[in-house]
Formats: sequence, C-alpha cells, structure tokens
Amino acid sequence: MNFDFSDDQKSLKDEARRFLADKAGAKVTRRVLDDAAVSYDDGLWRSVAEMGWLGAAIPEEHGGLGLGRLELCVLAEELGRAVAPIPFSSTVYFFAESLMLAGSDAQKAAVLPKVAAGEVIGCFALSEGPGAPSASSIQAKFDGATLNGVKIPVTDGDCASHAVVVAKEGAGVSLVLVDLNQAGVTRTTLKTLDPTRGHAKLEFKNAKAERIGAAGQGWDLAEAVLDRAAVLLAFEQVGGSQACLEMATAYAKERYAFSRQIGSFQAIKHKLADMYVSIEVARSNAYYGAWALSTEAAEMPFAAAASRVAASDAYYLCAKENIQTHGGMGFTWDVDCHLYFRRAKLLAVQAGAPAVWKEKLVKRLEQRNAA
Amino acid sequence: MDFNDTPEEAKFRAEARAFLEANLTPKSSDKERLQRKLTPAEYLKAAKAYQAKKAENGFAGITWAKEQGGRGLPPIYSVIFNQEEAKFDAPSAPFSIGLGMCVPTVIAFADEATKDRYVAKALRGDEIWCQLFSEPGAGSDVAASKTKAVRDGDDWVINGQKVWTTGAQFSDFGIVLVRTNPDVEKHKGLTMFIVDMKQPGVDVRPIHQASGGRDFNEVYFTDVRVPDKHRLGDPGQGWGVALVTLMNERLAVGGSYGPDYKEIFEFAKGINAPSGDGPLIQDEAFRQKLADWIVRAEGYKLAKFRTMTALSKGQTPGPESSIGKVINANQMMDIGNTAIEALDHYGIINDGDLAPLEGAFHQSYMFAPGLRIAGGTDEILKNIIAERVLGLPQDVRVDKGVAFKDLPSGR
Repeated sequence: MNFDFSDDQKSLKDEARRFLADKAGAKVTRRVLDDAAVSYDDGLWRSVAEMGWLGAAIPEEHGGLGLGRLELCVLAEELGRAVAPIPFSSTVYFFAESLMLAGSDAQKAAVLPKVAAGEVIGCFALSEGPGAPSASSIQAKFDGATLNGVKIPVTDGDCASHAVVVAKEGAGVSLVLVDLNQAGVTRTTLKTLDPTRGHAKLEFKNAKAERIGAAGQGWDLAEAVLDRAAVLLAFEQVGGSQACLEMATAYAKERYAFSRQIGSFQAIKHKLADMYVSIEVARSNAYYGAWALSTEAAEMPFAAAASRVAASDAYYLCAKENIQTHGGMGFTWDVDCHLYFRRAKLLAVQAGAPAVWKEKLVKRLEQRNAA
Repeated sequence: MDFNDTPEEAKFRAEARAFLEANLTPKSSDKERLQRKLTPAEYLKAAKAYQAKKAENGFAGITWAKEQGGRGLPPIYSVIFNQEEAKFDAPSAPFSIGLGMCVPTVIAFADEATKDRYVAKALRGDEIWCQLFSEPGAGSDVAASKTKAVRDGDDWVINGQKVWTTGAQFSDFGIVLVRTNPDVEKHKGLTMFIVDMKQPGVDVRPIHQASGGRDFNEVYFTDVRVPDKHRLGDPGQGWGVALVTLMNERLAVGGSYGPDYKEIFEFAKGINAPSGDGPLIQDEAFRQKLADWIVRAEGYKLAKFRTMTALSKGQTPGPESSIGKVINANQMMDIGNTAIEALDHYGIINDGDLAPLEGAFHQSYMFAPGLRIAGGTDEILKNIIAERVLGLPQDVRVDKGVAFKDLPSGR
C-alpha cells in the first residue's frame, strides 16, 4: 500500500508553496480584485510559465516538462491555497487537457508548445445560460468551418487567446477550437462573485473554428475533460479549504473574548474539527481521483465525481466557517476571508455544480455495478 | 501511488489468508454467525480455541516483541491480518480489548515476574482481560474516577463502581483505574492496578442497553484486595498509564458498523419513492443524500489507506485517526433512519423475518446512539482533533490546582 505522493512530488509541492508565498498570496490576488480593468495578474502568470508549470503535464515533444498528472495535482493544491488570480485552471486543466485528450497531432504541435510557454491562454466554453447544460441543450452551432452562438459565462474568457467550445454539429455535439482574436468573436466582460478571475460572455458570428476529435463525439469528450478537470479542481479546493482552516485556527488562538482565547471554547473547537474532518474526507477522495487520473483507471469517472463532490462541500464549509470564526472582522473587505468564500463558489459551480456531480456520482455507481 | 502490498506484505497476507481459510468459515448472513448460533458459553469456548490457534501459528501479538511471545512485526502487519480476518466469521471479539489495550499496558508497566505470569496466558487465550475505566460519574471526564484504593500492608483495598465494562462477565483479569489520593489534583491522585475479576468482592452485573442488548456491565468492588506488586506504574501515575492504554486504541484501524451506502443503494431499488412514482433510487432527493454517503464512506476508507501507508513506512498514526468514528457513527445513524422512513409505516417493524436485511437498518438506528458515545463521544473526539491536531488551547479548567476531594461533582 502506497496511497501517498512520492518524496519528489512532495518536494515539488514544498517548492511550489515557497514560490507562491513569495510571488502570490492575498496581496497579489487583491490587485486583481480591486482593479476592474485587470482580469489576471500578468507578473504571476509569467513567473508560473517560467517555472514550467503550464506545461507540467504536457509531453516534452510538445514543449512541456513531461511530468505526470500527480505533479499537476500537487501544483493545483498550492495554487488553490494561494487563491492565485491567474487563468491556470482554464488553460491547463480544461484547454490543454482537451487537446491532449482529443486533438490531432497537428493541433497538439501547433498549440501545446505555446501553452507551455505561456503564450496561449486557453478557456473552456460550455455554459450558455442559467441551469446545467446537457447534450440536448447546447445551441452554439458549428458547421464544419465556422461557429455561431453565445457562451455565458466563460471563466477567463476575457483574457484567453483561444477557446475550446462545446457546440452542436448536425444532430450531435462536437468540441471545436477557436482563436478568440478574430473579427467573428465579441467578448463582454461579466461582473461575477469572484472578481479575482476574469469572466466573459463570448459571442461567435461566423467565427473560424476547427473541430477537436471526431464529429458528434463532443459531449463524451466534454464529460471526459470535465472529469479530468474535476480531479485537478478538487486539489485547488482542498488547498483553499486547508488555507481557511489554518487561517481560522490561527485566529482562534490569537483572538480573546470573555478574557480567553476563543479557540478554548468548544463551540469554536467543534466547528474547526468539522472543517478538519471535511478536508480529510475531501483530500482522501482527491488522492483517489489523482490515482485514477494518473493511471487512466476504469474507476476514473466515479473517482472524479467523488473527488469533486467532497471537495466542493469541504471548501464551502471551510470558507463560510472561516468567516464565522473571525466574527465581524471576517465580514470586512480588508480581511482575506471573503477571497476564499468567493473562490469557493467559483470552483464549486464552474465545471458543474455540486448537485450535478452528486447525480453523476450516483449514476456512475449504477453503471459500475451494472458493468 | 499504488494500492498493492510490498512483496513482504503480500507474502504475509497470503500466509494469513491460508491460516484463516484453514480455521474459519467466510462471513455469510447475520443469522449464520457463530455469535448468533452458539450459546455465550459455547462462543467463548470457540473464541479461546481460535485464539490458541492464532498463537500457535504466529498470528497473535503480531506487533508484540518476541520476548513477549509476539512476532515483532511493524503495525502494518497487524492491519493486514485484521483486514483478512474481517472477511471471516472469526470469534475474536472477547480478546480485542484485552490484547489490544490491557495487556500492552501490562507489558509497558509490570515487572518481569508479573509479565511472565500473565502475558503468555493472555496471548494463548487461556485468560481474558477487561478494562475498567468509566464510572457513573466519570465518563468523558474519566480522570474524575472515584473508585478508591487504600493501602493496607502489602495490599490495596478497592471499593467503588465501574461501568460500561465490555466482557467483564467472562474476564479473568482487568486493569482498573482508581483513586489512591483524593487530597491532590484529580489527575495526580490516580493509580492503575491489575485486578483478579474472579475474586470475592467483585460483582459483575449486565447493563440492559436502550437497544435491548446486554453487551456491557457494571462492576462493583467491595473490599477487593490487590497485592501491591499488581500496581502498574507508581502511585499517583495512573493517568499517564491510562493514556498509554488509550493510545493503543488508535491502532485499531478498521471497523464496519452495519449497512452502508451499498446496502441502502440496493434497498432503494425495491421500495417506492415518496412521490409514489417509481422506485426510491430514482428519487432525486434520495440520490443527493446517497452521494453524500458515498463520499464519506469512500473518504473514510481512503483515509485508512493513507494511515496504512504511514504505517507501512514505519510511522505511527496520530490522533487524526479519531475522525473515523465521528464519520461512521453518524452515517450509520443517518442511513438507518433514512431506510426506516423510506419503508413508511412498515418501517416500524424490526422483526428480522419481516424487515429488510434481517432488520440491520433497525439495528443501526438503535445502536448508533451508543456508538456516538462509546470510546469517546463525538464531542470529546472533536476536542481531541481541535487540541491535539490543530493545537487549540484547552478549555478553561476549574479543576486545576484543586484537591480532588474539594471538586464539585454535582452530587
């Protein structure tokens, strides 16, 4: 039994934490929060690119480091802990994973090296309006060469240079690759709960596009991309949850009320213990997801759904109880609690909301048992 | 990451499985279990015979030092044996507390002559041990024990009452935590002794539980004499000895507590949804709850894999393993309750011949309240996580610097 990351992976994680403590953190995140004109922190983005993280899981032949998905998981946890204001997840977990999953050799050779170098910012355009999308609800339309339709919201759609779009093609659904810097694309920046990450409405009018993977396979491919992203996002969520627990624990030790540390009250202790338990459950499920992702196990759909459900629940609990532990201070703009509270909600809904993944998890249990 | 044993672990697992297959039958339905089919006396006899076989074959005291008759292996091997044993109908319950908690305490604190007298016999299953800590007035606050021992020549004389003692009715010996000095602070006036459970003055009475069963006992001590050489640790050091006993509890990784998500998932296929429209398994509210149970059960199972990994690397699990019972006991409660309510009016029937799963959901419903309390209440376990894992300060104590005899006790 070796259900843990290797020593090398752990040192990569330590290195990432030190790096982000220096280059990222609340001060950097707040620069994006407080300036509506800025959608991500370019300096941090460049530093992350220089470290090779954008290409961590991209094969060496395409300009990446050729590490595995497990290495990406440990980076994701640290980026989540740092509430990093960069389009990392959109570019790496969604966009690059879509290409690695289904792109042609030519597409991979053309795009992945630029992703690894930080020259391409990618995004993933699935949602078209309120409520969870389904294969039959997709309205955006691809005719084999051009794309028409509207995607809202698209996380990091305001700063991305390229998008993978889920679109109707004939009677089916396909994944298509679109260069966003063209006349047929209109972007409108959106106001969201988490201004530390950019969001846009993307309108396509006869925009040039090319298919990724086979025609009509788009929905299955999108599900597979969402599964991969679910595991990686779960690590960001675990990292964010852990940061909330540490923040709340530190405050409970230093804050006095009724002439004693508030952490000496059982009402606070039990709250923090509940947060701890939720993180342990989320972390254990995420590790299983990481194992399934890295070994391409048949268990992947089930493990991805379990990772995502546990991590979304944990981050919500930890982010809200971190505010509660901080009392009135926690409800001020200047204290960082709300950064996590905002990010927790973005991460919970951006690849399908918790209820959607709970339903997926049960469906996958049924499928697993039927197999 | 991989889920495989090391070659040495795999070899040991195969060895364990061969031994178990030769001596036990695999677990089947609840009705077929030895504990249900045999009388208590027959069950105890079977348990002792099985323990003797384990000892003969090197599967007793797997982690104990060789000079104590053990095998001197790291804790992971004990976990592996327990995993394999759990697949069989093993009559091992009567020994779990004695060999898991009491005798390791004896090994840690007794002199050589005492160890020679007791340890081997316990390991072979000739003698059974119980643990006497809780009292009517000392549950979560076990250091508030009032049962007292007074020195008389070479002996100590014990008077008082212990409670919730598992297996006291068939135990030969126990370790008992008693007050030897009420004039000092409560944690400083306790002492631990080995006590002969069959001697005059020890009165064992079963407790009739709210769930209907009688798994635990009250134990009354009236002028029970214990020789001083049966003292474990110095007088006044009993609390430190007790902590060693309780620490051994943490290695008891495992435990399944009745039906879990897989069982209620199967159950939900054959029962009507509240809407009356199709089976419960198609009901979205039920499916959302089922998903929560899946991630908690899988999370707990996978957290144990992480603990095993730490054990496999020779590390000792810390208090973080306290989370298991908090998750399980509450999940068991919730699943039992949901299944009963799903049965609608019929849910009130717990007759094993009529109720689903031979009444297992009902057993969960009635037993889970006890499980949330036994071996550390939910609240105490959360305090342990908060104080020992997160490092939060202790609650303000009104019992510091006060002699035990002067502490308020509510009666």
